[in-house]
Amino acid sequence: MFKWRTDEFSWVDFTIDVLRVVIVLGVVIGAWNTLSSGRISFAQWVNLFAAGLSQGSIYALIALGYTLVYGILLMINFAHGEVFMAGAFSTVFLAEALNRTGFLNAQPLLAILLMIAFAGLVSMSVAILLERIAYRPLRGSPRLVPLITAIGASFFLQYTFRGLYGSGFKAYPGVNALQGVIKIGGISIPVVQVFVFCAALFLMLCLYWLVERTRIGKAMRAVSENKEVARLMGIDIDWVIMFTFGIGGFLAGSAGVINGLFRPQGVNFYMGFIPGIKAFTAAVLGGIGNIPGAMLGGLFLGLIEAIGPNLVLAGLGIPGANQLKDVIAFTMLVLVLIFRPQGILGERLSETKA
Amino acid sequence: MLTNFRRICFVLVLFLMLMLPPFRADAHCDDPLGCVEVGPDDPIVVGAMLVVSGAINYLGEDTLGGVELALLARDYTLLDHEIELVVEDSLCTAEGGQTAAQRLAADPTVVGAIGTNCSSAAQGAIPIISESGMVMIAPSNTSPSLTNEDIAAGGSHLPGYFRTSQNGLIEGMRLAEFAAFALEAETLATVHDGDPYTEGLAQAVARTFADLEGAVVFEGAVNKGDTDMASILTEIAVQQPDVIYVPLFEPESNFFAAQMQHIAGLEDTIIIGGAASFTSSFPENTGESAVGIYVSGPLVSGESYDEVLAQWHEEYGSAPPSGYHAHAYDATNLLLDALESIAEIKDDGSIVIGRQAIRDAIAATEDYPGLTGRLTCREDSPFAGDCSPGTALAVFEITEAEVFDDNWPPPIAWNFAVDTFE
Repeated sequence: MFKWRTDEFSWVDFTIDVLRVVIVLGVVIGAWNTLSSGRISFAQWVNLFAAGLSQGSIYALIALGYTLVYGILLMINFAHGEVFMAGAFSTVFLAEALNRTGFLNAQPLLAILLMIAFAGLVSMSVAILLERIAYRPLRGSPRLVPLITAIGASFFLQYTFRGLYGSGFKAYPGVNALQGVIKIGGISIPVVQVFVFCAALFLMLCLYWLVERTRIGKAMRAVSENKEVARLMGIDIDWVIMFTFGIGGFLAGSAGVINGLFRPQGVNFYMGFIPGIKAFTAAVLGGIGNIPGAMLGGLFLGLIEAIGPNLVLAGLGIPGANQLKDVIAFTMLVLVLIFRPQGILGERLSETKA
Repeated sequence: MLTNFRRICFVLVLFLMLMLPPFRADAHCDDPLGCVEVGPDDPIVVGAMLVVSGAINYLGEDTLGGVELALLARDYTLLDHEIELVVEDSLCTAEGGQTAAQRLAADPTVVGAIGTNCSSAAQGAIPIISESGMVMIAPSNTSPSLTNEDIAAGGSHLPGYFRTSQNGLIEGMRLAEFAAFALEAETLATVHDGDPYTEGLAQAVARTFADLEGAVVFEGAVNKGDTDMASILTEIAVQQPDVIYVPLFEPESNFFAAQMQHIAGLEDTIIIGGAASFTSSFPENTGESAVGIYVSGPLVSGESYDEVLAQWHEEYGSAPPSGYHAHAYDATNLLLDALESIAEIKDDGSIVIGRQAIRDAIAATEDYPGLTGRLTCREDSPFAGDCSPGTALAVFEITEAEVFDDNWPPPIAWNFAVDTFE
């Protein structure tokens, strides 16, 4: 820190250091003003924290797809938000059917598992097809080519699903077992938010176990390290890459259902775009290519989005603080890229990955 | 030399040939804005700029049905000419309205247009329609800015714009009275999404509520596309208002209502939604949290309306998806009656319609018997172009029947045409 004090003065370093100080001061002053005014009660802070944690765990699940693909192919799959949408949008019809028959509320756990499995399969299929049709033929081409293809694939998927299911909004039916609140003292936490966090955490732990403790996980790590050497060791690279896309897709589809239980409204063909961008931000925040980093980045982003506007911006007297939620998220991305490009848990990337 | 002379002659002749038809068409036309000439065997072309696609296409479907039924009542015939309806998708954005208006304005045979649905689309369409000399009669715009001629004050009214839906100033005033007197609210919060429709209504409600000596404790906005409302709900909860007025579109209105139940401090707060939530999909998508929410919406009754409603069921086999079909029906009749009154019929059966004459005829409308009441078009800003009597408005309360049993519309909580405040 404060490199400008050394003999080699640099205006860039000086500006970055000033920026650091301004940001830290802004956050401290804003938070101090808000907390000292006492206008938001403890129960309301807990509400915000719980909602942020739930939203963050959904970001984390989607972010894992970005990070897995980046780790293995060094490409940003910008169509991953649409993979999330594919599962969520398709499963809303299954959820409606389960609700109509009464199965959803008679056997909620089974029904939710069924929905997650279905959404996971749909998203997995879309992700695998995407890899096979759009990305595999471009392997080895300059990195800009698959990136542009991914953006094109994103639009293609949006309008395909618009054609399939229409442009109107759908909503997941409510699950009675997830209604209500858990009361601890004077604090109420909605059951659905606890469920969302636990379900997402379970899926993240499953992925961590898969990558760290299984043969296919070892193969994924090997391909991530060096494809050519992995091929010489007898690993089927194409299959491992396809499997990675499939796993990322499954997690995105599951996130779609979990999101549908958490925020049932607004299911439509465009619903994957913003969560996709946010999850990408989360993956970069945590350190792209790093699995625990994506999990942490997602949770961190969800919390910052939920608490930041009321804690910092409102404390600084900025009007319409809630409307600047996205600004906070993307400012975080810019700040991470300036101050710690490798992310929270990431390591400095080698020349080939950078 | 001779070749050049021939070329010049050829170009001149070509130029004259191109110029001749308009000269010929305008030969009988004294109207300062020009005329539409309908040949003996040509149809009279009526345009429509409605939201045909996208998430709120139910509104376009509803109003298009109203237009079609009005045309059907005349057997799609006016002055012995067939009526042709050209529908353009205005979406619910300024860009959509602009595109739809450009397409209609580019067609010299279009005599006038019904639309747009959304106030934002109207803002894009009005300058183009006005410049082209056409008229547009909107069946579901409510933004006060659209009938306000004071550009410095945010007004966007230009000659040629009329509407049969009520002005948001009137709707806002009535809803504020409902909150203050019927619900006995002392504090109010308003939330809009930056759209001219939602912002205009939120401002009108807040202003009147303050005039009634109520306290407006929060005036805020969400972004279109927001799914997380916890932050703004917490800001509102700090103020603990008795009522929140939320004229948002779906799905933001769904998210807002559904997430409110999880915020400490808003347990006893009442929500009043705008007409954008007056659709059967609102309780369906919001779920149980929608129970107890009040929504404002058009309320039309009477024998003539019942006949139109029966005709709707016969034609389309279901109930209208929203409440503005009667306004669209009135808008279409207003346009066609104006055409009928000013059209100049030639011996060969052709018709000449002056564009300024249509505007003048619609502007002169007084005590016109419509489905939505007796329509009088005003010329005084901030109500320039307003033709609605403003009486076809009610507040409905969503009950479990709308959420769980597909009942629609909800029971009336307050009918402004009948109920009065003490």
